[in-house]
Amino acid sequence: MEKLNNEAILNLIQGAFPNDVLFHEEPYGLLTIEVTAAKGHEIIEWLKNHETLSVNYLTNIAAVHYPEDAGREFAVVYQLHSWKNLFRLRIKCYLPKENVSIASLVDIFPGANWMERESYDFFGVEFIGHPDMRRILNEDSMDYFPMRKEYALEDDTREDKDDRYFGRNNQ
Amino acid sequence: MMSELKTKEAFAQSSETIDGNIATINFGPTHPSTHGIFQNVLKVDGEKIISSEQTVGYIHRAFEKLSERRPYNQITPITDRLNYCSSPINNMGWEMTVEKLIGAEIPKRVQYMRVIIMELARIADHLICNSVIGVDAGALTSFFYPFTEREKIYELYEEICGARLTTNIGRIGGFERDFTPAFHTKLQSFLKTFPKAFEEFDSMLARNRIFMDRTKGAGPISAERALAYSFSGPNLRATGVDYDVRAMHPYSSYEDFDFIIPVGVNGDTYDRFMVRQEEIRQSVRIIEQAYKNLPEGSYKADLPDFYLPEKADVYNNMEALIYHFKIVMGETEIPPGEVYHSVEGGNGELGFYLISDGGRTPYRLQFRRPCFIYYQAYPEMISGMSISDAVLTLSSMNVIAGELDA
Repeated sequence: MEKLNNEAILNLIQGAFPNDVLFHEEPYGLLTIEVTAAKGHEIIEWLKNHETLSVNYLTNIAAVHYPEDAGREFAVVYQLHSWKNLFRLRIKCYLPKENVSIASLVDIFPGANWMERESYDFFGVEFIGHPDMRRILNEDSMDYFPMRKEYALEDDTREDKDDRYFGRNNQ
Repeated sequence: MMSELKTKEAFAQSSETIDGNIATINFGPTHPSTHGIFQNVLKVDGEKIISSEQTVGYIHRAFEKLSERRPYNQITPITDRLNYCSSPINNMGWEMTVEKLIGAEIPKRVQYMRVIIMELARIADHLICNSVIGVDAGALTSFFYPFTEREKIYELYEEICGARLTTNIGRIGGFERDFTPAFHTKLQSFLKTFPKAFEEFDSMLARNRIFMDRTKGAGPISAERALAYSFSGPNLRATGVDYDVRAMHPYSSYEDFDFIIPVGVNGDTYDRFMVRQEEIRQSVRIIEQAYKNLPEGSYKADLPDFYLPEKADVYNNMEALIYHFKIVMGETEIPPGEVYHSVEGGNGELGFYLISDGGRTPYRLQFRRPCFIYYQAYPEMISGMSISDAVLTLSSMNVIAGELDA
């Protein structure tokens, strides 16, 4: 069978969802597409059930915080893998800080359960339809989401240490 | 053997209850065989597990947050503490991720050296996991036998980097020094003696009637469910799926070597054990091939921006001094970019998802930790099993607390 290239994959997705692929690029050869958050679930389900593409494996879910980017402060990044065609695919959905929620993938990939709980735990991304949306690694009574950029690793009020040379400053 | 499978199945399916009362048992937090801190709250009817719920996060150390404040070369020691049974694989996985980001070209010799060390790490990892299955089945002797061999592997690590468990082995771009003469001697002697010692270990468990009765049919999972749960590594291969990152997306010249990817059938504890045993044999084959064909050349890539110069040069050469200063003070220029790189770790696909914004530290670094992902299937796997089978299932899944909790 001929190996699918990124262009062919992208064309198939754009053909099926003409208005939902907002942006695409290929950093280091890995096809990365940004889709509308509302359609993320549907597109991933379509990719999984698609006969030729057959994206059967959810590798990873990661959340990213971009506090500077107004209206798209949070990104949920899905890394998918098709074993039949041996290609990886990265799908990104951006969410505004007012409503950090997206449909859960647990009904498509049961393995998404903990990955989504982890994103909730650290970034506060709500996954709608998740059967058990709780913290996972942090303590249950914690009332903030520690991986957000506003929480610096070190105490800003410290004066005994000049941090300019030792990492990102938070000014 | 079949009768044993039937008994376990019959046990799971029988609706017979002991006295009709469901008891709640707190299983953990300290696991009897010290695999780490795991708590499971089991609901049991007599000896049969009705349902269970895991608590994770006891040793969460915020590695992803820490990484956002550390220069790239200071993240390697963090990766040590993920799956600490095979830290060289984690270290090199991270180094390769950075090399991919900066587009570095790595000499063939470095790639082969890495393959040798990563396969040694895989052997050490699988040896511990499999011998611990023996312990949990009541065979303590099989735990001590392979420790002699594991010790030899740790001595080999020491020869390269000076450390044993948390190795921080290698550098971005290669190694801090070439294999020493002592390393060559020790590796040659290891390759000569290990296969025989390993078969001795294998003969203690692989066809042991008691061991087989205990492990066959314990904690099974079907290939379909395993895929749905995003399993990877030996646990997935035990169900019959031949997915191995080394073969599917070869890195560090794995395409040069001839090896077999063993698969199981039933996805139970025995199959997971047997897959690991066979993988150890294949790892020895890979090491032999890599060592025999070890290319001539440099043990490091030409990356003055990332690789610390020789100390003697720092004192005598202006340019080296500048590079040394830049690297140590974190003035190195890192291109912005987004990269995912994965390696076949001791227990599955270990991935690094790295976003760089051009700053001296990663903007976001996420570890795809295989055992965090597959441990969520544990309640499903032990449902209907007896408590003793649950212990065996946990050890055969090779769940490492450091990697689980990151």
